Amino acid sequence: MDDAASLVFLMFAATLRVATPLVFCAMGGLFSEKSGIIDVGLEGKMLVAAFFAAATASTTGSPWAGVAAGVAAAEVLALLHGFACITHRGNQVVSGVALNILAAGLTVVLGNAWFAQGGQTPPLLASERLMPLFFPRAGDNILLYVGLLSVPLTWWLIARTRFGLRLRAVGEMPLAVDAAGISVTWLRYRAVLLCGLLAGLAGSYLSIAQGAGFSRDMTAGQGFIALAAIIFGKWRPFPAFGACLMFGLLDAVAIRLQGLKVPGIGEVPVQLIQALPYLLTMFLLAGFIGRAVAPKAVGVPYEKER
Amino acid sequence: MSASRRPPPARPLPLWADVIVLPLVNIALAFIVVGIIVAIIGVDPLRALRLLVVGAVGSPQSIGYTLYYATNFAFTGLAVAVAFHAGLFNIGGEGQAYIGGLGCGLAVLAFDGVLPAWLLIPVAIAAAALFGAAWAAVPAWLQAWRGSHIVITTIMFNFVASALMVYLMVNVLIAPGSMTPQSRTFGPAAQLPALMGSALNLSIVLALACCVGVWIFLWHTSWGYALRTIGHNPAAAVYAGTNLRRMTMLAMCLSGALAGFVGVNELLGVQHRLLLDFQAGYGFAGIAVALMGRNHPLGVALAALLFGALQQGGAEMSFDIPEITREMVVVIQGLVILFSGALEHLPRPWLQALLARRP
Repeated sequence: MDDAASLVFLMFAATLRVATPLVFCAMGGLFSEKSGIIDVGLEGKMLVAAFFAAATASTTGSPWAGVAAGVAAAEVLALLHGFACITHRGNQVVSGVALNILAAGLTVVLGNAWFAQGGQTPPLLASERLMPLFFPRAGDNILLYVGLLSVPLTWWLIARTRFGLRLRAVGEMPLAVDAAGISVTWLRYRAVLLCGLLAGLAGSYLSIAQGAGFSRDMTAGQGFIALAAIIFGKWRPFPAFGACLMFGLLDAVAIRLQGLKVPGIGEVPVQLIQALPYLLTMFLLAGFIGRAVAPKAVGVPYEKER
Repeated sequence: MSASRRPPPARPLPLWADVIVLPLVNIALAFIVVGIIVAIIGVDPLRALRLLVVGAVGSPQSIGYTLYYATNFAFTGLAVAVAFHAGLFNIGGEGQAYIGGLGCGLAVLAFDGVLPAWLLIPVAIAAAALFGAAWAAVPAWLQAWRGSHIVITTIMFNFVASALMVYLMVNVLIAPGSMTPQSRTFGPAAQLPALMGSALNLSIVLALACCVGVWIFLWHTSWGYALRTIGHNPAAAVYAGTNLRRMTMLAMCLSGALAGFVGVNELLGVQHRLLLDFQAGYGFAGIAVALMGRNHPLGVALAALLFGALQQGGAEMSFDIPEITREMVVVIQGLVILFSGALEHLPRPWLQALLARRP
C-alpha cells in the first residue's frame, strides 16, 4: 500500500474504532427513547460494563466471560432504571443522573478494593482480550463488526417487526397501546433491557477490545455523545449511525491534528474539535439545522387510568 | 408489578412526615445499601461509619473542613433548587461552577495589583456570578426561545465548559514557566483568610447569605412568586400575565450565578490560583443536595452540612481503611439521588400505611 492509501485506510479504521461504542450506545438509547424512556444513564451503564468486563476477563482469563459480565452489569442498571421510571413512575432524568454518579463512584470503589491499583484493573493479556480478526493495525475485533451489524438490526426491529411497531406506538401514545390490550410496562421493560444489552457491549468493547483494562472514568462522556448522535439522527437508526461516524471521525482527526499547524489557519485547538459534537447538537436542537422532534411521550411516566 | 394492582392512594402525608421523615428514610436506605457494599468489600460497616463520623466532626479542624465542603454543596444545591422551583432541571451546575470560577479568576488576575481587598473581593464575587449566569443563560435562551430541552443543552454545555477551560488553561492562562496548567498565584488582596486551621474561609458567610437571600426571593417577592408559579403551572402563570420566557431566563441565570460561587470558595478561599477541575463533582452533587433538602433553602443548608460531613469524613476514613476510597462518597451521592429523587415514590406508600394505622 502506498502512503496515501494507507493513511486513508488507517483514518477509516480509526474512525470505526472510535465510533463503535457510540454506535452501540446510540442504538441502545434509540430503543429506550423510542419506547418513551429518556436515558441519560447510557454513560453509567457503559462504565459499569467496562469495569465488570475487564475485572472478569482479568480474573477468569476469558474475554467472553468478560463480555457476559459487562452486559449483566449494564442490565442491572437498566433494570434499576426501569424499576424507578416504569414501575415507580419516577423522574427519568433524575434516575439516569443517579445511575451515572453511582457508576462513577462504584467502579472506582470496587476496583480499588479488588485490585488495589487506584481504581484500575490489571492490564489485560492478549489472551484475555478480543483481538483484531483480519487487520492487526486496524483493530477490527469481533465487537466492532457486531456494532456495525447492530444498526441494520435495530432498524429492522424498529421499522419492520410487530414489536417495533408497538414500541414506536408506546413512545408516541401509550394510551392507545394500553387500550389495544398490550402491556405498556412490559414493552418499555423490553426496550430498557435491549438498551442495557447494547450499552453493556459498548462498555465491554472499551475495556477488553479497544483497550486493555479498565481505568477510572474511561467512558469520558461518550454516553452523552451517543445521546447527541441520537438527537442528531432525529431518532432514526441509520442517520444516528451516520452521526456516530461523524463524531468518530472528528475524534480521529483531533488525535491526528494534535500539535499540527494547518496551512492558512494555524494550530487548530484540539479542544474545539472535541467540543464540536456538543456544539453541533446544540445548534441542531436550537432549530438552526433542521428540526429534531423527539417521540411524543418521551419522559412522561404512564399512569394507567382506573 | 402492574399499575392495576397498586393499592388505592392513601391520604397524603402530613407536612412533617414529608419534609423530615421521608428524607431521613431515603438517606437511611442509601446508607443500608452502602453498608452492604462496604461489607462485600470486607470491612466492618460499623467501624467504617465510626471512622467517618470521627473524621467529619472529631476535631475543630475536621469541623472546619466539613463546613468548607458544605459551602460548595450549599451553592450548587441552591442552584439546582432555584431552577427546580421554576420547573427546570439544571444539570449544568458543573459547567456553571467551572465558568463562574473562570470569571472569578480572571477578575482577580486583572485587578489584584490595582484594587484594594475590600473592593477586589466583591468584584471577583460579582464576576463569578456574572460568568456562571452567562453560562446558564445560553441553555435558558435556547429553551425559552427555540424550544430545545434544557436537560440536554445543560449537559452539553458541561462538556463545552470543560473543553474551553482546558484550552484556556493550557494555552492562554498558564503561568510562564509552569509545567502544570495553572495560572500565577493571586495577589494577597484576593486571598480570603482561612478559618479554624482548615480550608474553611469567609465564603461560608456568602453561602449563608445566599440561603437567606433565596428564601426571601422565592417566598417574599413577586418575582419569586412568579418563578414558583411557572414551575407549578406554566399555563396558569401565563394566563396571570407572567412572561414565561423572562422568568425562565431569570431562574436559570440565578441558578448559574449560585453555582458560580463555588469558584469563590475554591479559588479565593483555598487554591489562590486558577486551575483545572476545581469544581469536580460539586455540580452533580448539588442535585442530591437539592433533592435531599426538598428544594427549601433551610433543607439545602442541612443537606449541604450532611454532604460536607460525608466528604470530609469519607476522606479521613479512607486514610484509615485503604480498602475504601473516598469515592465511596460519590456512591452515597448517587444512591441519595436514586432514593430521594427517582424512587421517591417507593417508601411513600409504606410511610402512608404506617401513619394511617395510627388513630
